[in-house]
Amino acid sequence: MKKQKIYLDYAATTPVDPRVVKVMMPYFNQNYGNSMSLHEYGFKSSEAVERSRTIIAKALNASDDEIVFTGSATESNNLALKGLVEANPNKRKLIISSIEHDCVRNSAIWLRGKGYKVVMLSVDKKGFVDFEELKMEIDDDTLVVSIIHGSNEMGTIQDIKKIGELCRDRGVYFHTDASQSFGKVVIDVKDMKIDLLTASSHKIYGPKGVAILYVRDGIKINPIMHGGGHEGNLRSSTVNVPAIVGMGKAVELCVKNMKAENERLTKLRDKLIKGILSTINDCWLNGDEKRRLSNNVNISFERVEGESILMELSNRGIMCSTGSACSSNNLEPSHVLLAMGLSSPEAHGSLRFSLGRYTTESEINYMLKTLPVVLKKMRKMSPFKTL
Amino acid sequence: MIRKQFSYSKKVLAHFRKPHNLGKIKDADGVGEVGNLSCGDVMKLYIKVDKNVVSDVKFETYGCAAAIATSSIITDLVKGKTIEQALAMTNKDVIDSLDGLPPIKIHCSLLSVDALNEAIYDFLKKSKSEIPDFLEKRHLRMITLQKMEEQGLAH
Repeated sequence: MKKQKIYLDYAATTPVDPRVVKVMMPYFNQNYGNSMSLHEYGFKSSEAVERSRTIIAKALNASDDEIVFTGSATESNNLALKGLVEANPNKRKLIISSIEHDCVRNSAIWLRGKGYKVVMLSVDKKGFVDFEELKMEIDDDTLVVSIIHGSNEMGTIQDIKKIGELCRDRGVYFHTDASQSFGKVVIDVKDMKIDLLTASSHKIYGPKGVAILYVRDGIKINPIMHGGGHEGNLRSSTVNVPAIVGMGKAVELCVKNMKAENERLTKLRDKLIKGILSTINDCWLNGDEKRRLSNNVNISFERVEGESILMELSNRGIMCSTGSACSSNNLEPSHVLLAMGLSSPEAHGSLRFSLGRYTTESEINYMLKTLPVVLKKMRKMSPFKTL
Repeated sequence: MIRKQFSYSKKVLAHFRKPHNLGKIKDADGVGEVGNLSCGDVMKLYIKVDKNVVSDVKFETYGCAAAIATSSIITDLVKGKTIEQALAMTNKDVIDSLDGLPPIKIHCSLLSVDALNEAIYDFLKKSKSEIPDFLEKRHLRMITLQKMEEQGLAH
């Protein structure tokens, strides 16, 4: 019997959609010109890059010249924070949330080491940023507020419009890391008063190695890499034409099917959540039930360790992620789950299942059949028993 | 320097999938329970001792695949050994028997040795036998670490 493979780790990365692969192919060895070159091949490349830029700008209700292509969401987030700091030396305070992705968090911590003041806002049990604390923290010295839109770990979606309006009103920049939400929920940078926004390609069925930073016209920002002055001098590097073409197509496909795909995934997501919570005891959902990414399920299981469940599921062909650090390079459990008030063992016992374009109902059914068996096996090994 | 992404040896995976000597011994002669401060793992080792030989051993573990595999292998290693032989075992024996562990998982092997030492300590104490100095010291260290963790000083 062929072992079934079920991929439930779309929040880590997605497969590239075949339609995306198709449009990328010619830019590897047919239209391979450098987009800066002043000849036919160069023009073909730059035209292709600009077409992608337009698609992505439209998806965000931004202008073309506000979209900067970068090499990753990590790079976009680094550019946003460090670039703003460089260009605005008179303000020395940054406000982020305590549930940011490591690339925002560690950039901020690095800046703290350089003498900047960094505040990490607390979140409530569901993972929502404390808005009152934010209001209090914004002062004359504050340069930027950076809050993740949809949480990569537990899926909670922040009210970024409310935050954006506050920041605009108080005269501070607002950056949001939309790596997980872009392409899944409607984002309108004008309506939401967003100044800078990070979006990634490989989370939405595009290739790895390309992302964007939206920088609102008029924002003072400096580059963090110096070179030939590509991307409005904000990101020097030979332009990665095939990847950018792929990201454009990926965005186009997501925007076109956003509503229907969201509804489909929400149904599957809720079926999975309900199924797990009703068949397995001593577990709970992390994050908000309603205001969460349509593809994110994050559950904590008592008395078992996340990595061991993950490995056992992997043995049975199911791929997912854990908030337990035991599977990463650092032994501390997820700072996101700890910030939400989970204890260390509770965070260690968490698993993230993330659904996507190719997830089917039969896969969810298989998952719901397999998980209780795995949990039973792992809990049997545990010295912690129910009272 | 770039360190390659770790992966588990076939032996670790085999022990994880089908752990040996899983469970508890109800009338155990010695029980050792230890917790790891950094990652939250907990191991519980039960031993039966017959004429100074570890005649039976079982374990229960809360932890990652490496924690489960190191628990499983140490039960194999210790079964049939004299108390002295068991006390001479090191985490290197555990690692070697598993064909290596990823660097970040080395602490799991220490945990399994600690659990074994604690189980033997418990046995010697219960049987009112003499406890070697080094074992008394190891036991004291375990208790101190435990207290530190309870007071939240571990990190």
